[in-house]
Amino acid sequence: MSAQPLVHAAGAPADVLVRGAHVLDPRSDLDGPHDVLVLGGEIAQIGAVGTLNSPDGVEVIDGTGRHLFPAFVDPHVHLRTPGQEHKEDLASGTASAAAGGYCAVVAMPNTKPTLDSVAGLRSLRDAAAGQARIPVGFMPAITRGLAGTELTDMAELRDLGALGFTDDGRPVTSAGMLRRALQYQRLCGGVLALHEEDPSLSGAGAMHEGEVSARLGVAGIPSVSESTMVARDAALAGYEDGSVHMQHLSCIESVRAVAQAKDLGFHVTCEASPHHLCLTDVAAAGLDTRMKMNPPLRTEADRQALIAGLRDGTIDCIATDHAPHARDEKDVPFEQAPMGTTGLETAFAAVFTELVLPGVLGLALVVERLTSGGGLLGLPVPRVGVGEPADLVLIDLEAEWTVGEAGYVSRSANCCFDGRRLRSRVLLTIAAGSVVHRAHALSEATV
Amino acid sequence: MRHLLSIDDLDRAGIERILDRASTLSDLGEREVKKVPALRGRRVLNLFYEASTRTRSSFELAAKALSADVVNFAASGSSVEKGESLKDTILTLSAHRPDAIVIRTPWAGSAALVAGWTDAAIVNAGDGKHEHPTQALLDVYTLRQRLGALDGAKIWIVGDVLHSRVARSNITAFQTMGAEVTVCGPPTLIPRGIEAMGCAVRTTLDELPEADVVYALRMQHERMSEAFVPSLREYAACYQIDSRRLGAQQVLMHPGPVNRGVELSGEVVDSPQALITAQVAAGVIVRMAVLYELLAGARSPEPVATETVAS
Repeated sequence: MSAQPLVHAAGAPADVLVRGAHVLDPRSDLDGPHDVLVLGGEIAQIGAVGTLNSPDGVEVIDGTGRHLFPAFVDPHVHLRTPGQEHKEDLASGTASAAAGGYCAVVAMPNTKPTLDSVAGLRSLRDAAAGQARIPVGFMPAITRGLAGTELTDMAELRDLGALGFTDDGRPVTSAGMLRRALQYQRLCGGVLALHEEDPSLSGAGAMHEGEVSARLGVAGIPSVSESTMVARDAALAGYEDGSVHMQHLSCIESVRAVAQAKDLGFHVTCEASPHHLCLTDVAAAGLDTRMKMNPPLRTEADRQALIAGLRDGTIDCIATDHAPHARDEKDVPFEQAPMGTTGLETAFAAVFTELVLPGVLGLALVVERLTSGGGLLGLPVPRVGVGEPADLVLIDLEAEWTVGEAGYVSRSANCCFDGRRLRSRVLLTIAAGSVVHRAHALSEATV
Repeated sequence: MRHLLSIDDLDRAGIERILDRASTLSDLGEREVKKVPALRGRRVLNLFYEASTRTRSSFELAAKALSADVVNFAASGSSVEKGESLKDTILTLSAHRPDAIVIRTPWAGSAALVAGWTDAAIVNAGDGKHEHPTQALLDVYTLRQRLGALDGAKIWIVGDVLHSRVARSNITAFQTMGAEVTVCGPPTLIPRGIEAMGCAVRTTLDELPEADVVYALRMQHERMSEAFVPSLREYAACYQIDSRRLGAQQVLMHPGPVNRGVELSGEVVDSPQALITAQVAAGVIVRMAVLYELLAGARSPEPVATETVAS
C-alpha cells in the first residue's frame, strides 16, 4: 500500500457559506448563480441563490457578482526546497499557489541536492506536512542527480508517495535511459514527466532562435530542439506502452507531434504555460531577464498553435512552471541570467485577461485546463459537488490590478507579467477543506 | 544623446553630426601636440570584460586627446575574477564619479543594463555578439572619406555573421546611411532570421562583383573545433577575399585583427583598395567625437579643435 501522494499542514476545516456566486464547474452542469455551503471542509449543500441557511459559526461570504470555480491544480512548480530556500520554500511557494487559486501543486526535483532518494523524499514530505499551506505532491528524479545515467529507486520512491518521476530542467538525453525508465514504470507506475530538449540543438541558447535572436546576436534555441525530443519520446512511450507527460510545450511542431502520438493511441499528455500562451519572443527583445525561460518564448505562430492545442484538447492542461529566482540572480545580463519565471499568482489572471476577455478561449475551458493537471498524474480532480472535499476558488472577474504593484506572496519577484494590468483577482481559496488564502478586498467586504 | 548603447540610438542626422565633428578633429593626429582641452577634468573609465587591444587603446587615446583622465579597468586580475557581479562592479566604480564608462562585455544588452545602474554616460564598446556601435561609426566615417555619400552603395559583409557584433551594428548603420547591405557566409554562420534586419543573404560569392564595398569579418579559429566549417582551407576556398575575387573598383574593409590567408589573402590586405589602416585611424577621432558628443556636446555645439594645450 503506497503512501498518499499529497501532503500539507492541514488547517482548520472551513465552515463557509458563499452566497450567490456564479458557480462554474466545467465537469458538471453547474454554470450559474448558486449558494454553496461548506461544512467541516466538505461541500455540504449547493442550492438556489438565497435558499441556503447558514448554521451557527458559519462564515457568510457575499459571492454576488463573483465566480466560484473548482480550485486549480498545477502539475509543475519549483518550490526550491531543499537547498535554494532563498528563492522559495515550501511555505512561501504554497502560499503563492494559494494566492493564485490553487488547491494542489506538484513540485519538481531539481533541488539541491536533487530529490532522488528515499531519504530525501521522506524528509521533504515531513517538512511539507509541517509547512505546506496547500497539498503538495512530489516528483522525484527519473535519474540520480538528473545525470541521465542511473535510474532512481523508483519502486521504493513510489511506495513512499512519489507521484511520478521527472528530470525537469533537463531532458533525459539518452533514449536508452528513458526506455529503461518506461520499462520500469510497468513495475512501479507513476507518470514520467518529460522536459523535452535536445541539448545538441539548444546548446548555449538563451532565447528562441528567430528574428529577435538574430538581431540581438543572442544564441538561439531552435523549436526543433523540443519537437524532435517530443516525437522521439512519444515513440518510445508507444513502443513500451508507457505513460508520459510532456512538460511546457512551446512550439507548433511539438503540438503536432503530440497530436500525432494521441492519434496513435499512445499514453501521452502535455501542458502549456500561461507565459507561452500569452507572450512571444518579442517580449524578450529588450533583454528583460524576466522574459528568459526554458523553453523560451517563441513566435506568434507558436503561441497560436498552443492556444489551438489547448482548445482542441491536444494540450491537456495549463501548468505554470513557477520558477522563482532571487533578484540578484536575475539582475545580470540576459545571457548570464537563470531561466524561469514565477507564475502561480498570475496564471488565471493572465490567461483570463489575454485569452478569455478577447474571446479567444471560453471561461469554462480555461477553468477545465487549470484544474486538470493533477488528474493526468493520478490525483483526484477538484469538483464542485455535494460530498466533495472543498477545493474552491472565489474570483472577482471585474477587478483590475497591476502585477507586482503590491509585491508577491512568492519569495521571488521574477514574474514575466510584472507591471502588466490584469483583470480578475482571487478573493478566496479553499484547499483540502481549509481556507488557505483570503484577499484583503474580501475581508473588507465581508461582515 | 545621453549614452551610445546601440547604433539604433542614432538616426542619419545623428550619425552625420558625430562624423562631421570627427572630421574637424581629423588633423589632430598630425600635430606635434595631439591634444585639445575639451574634456579636461572629466573622468573616463574603460571597463573591458574581454581581451581587446585596439578598441581599448583607441578609446584611451581618444579620451586622452580630449584631455580627460582615463582609467583602464580590465576584468582579469580584478574583483571580477573574485566573483563580483557586473552590477556591484558598476556600483563600485561609480563611486569614483566617472563621467563616462566605456564598456565591453561578452553579454548582449549589458551596456544598456549598466546605463540603469550609474549616472555616468555609457559607451557600448561591444556587448556580446549584439552591437559595436563605435565600430559602425568609424566604418561609415572611413567609407564617407573614400566614397562620399553611401546612398545606393552596395555593401557586402562576408564571413562569420553569426558571431559578429560588428556585422549587426554595421548592417543597421550602413542602411541608415542609405546603403544596400548583403550578408554572405557559410550557412552555418548566418543566423536564422537575419533577413528581418532588411539585408539580403547569400551563401556564395558568385554575385560579389555587384558590391561597391566588401567588408570581410574575422574568422575565429575556434569555429573549426565547433564544426561550423569543415576546415580553414575549405573556408578560404569558398569565402576568402583575394585578388581574383576583389575587383579593381571595389574597396575592402575589415574590423581587425586580420587572419591573413583565411578571410583575406595577403595581397588584398596590402592593396590600395584596402581601407583597413584608415579604419584604425578613424577609430580614434570617431571615438573622440562620440565622447565629445556625450560629455560636452550638450553644452558646446561648436567644434573643439581650434585650441591646443601644452601638457
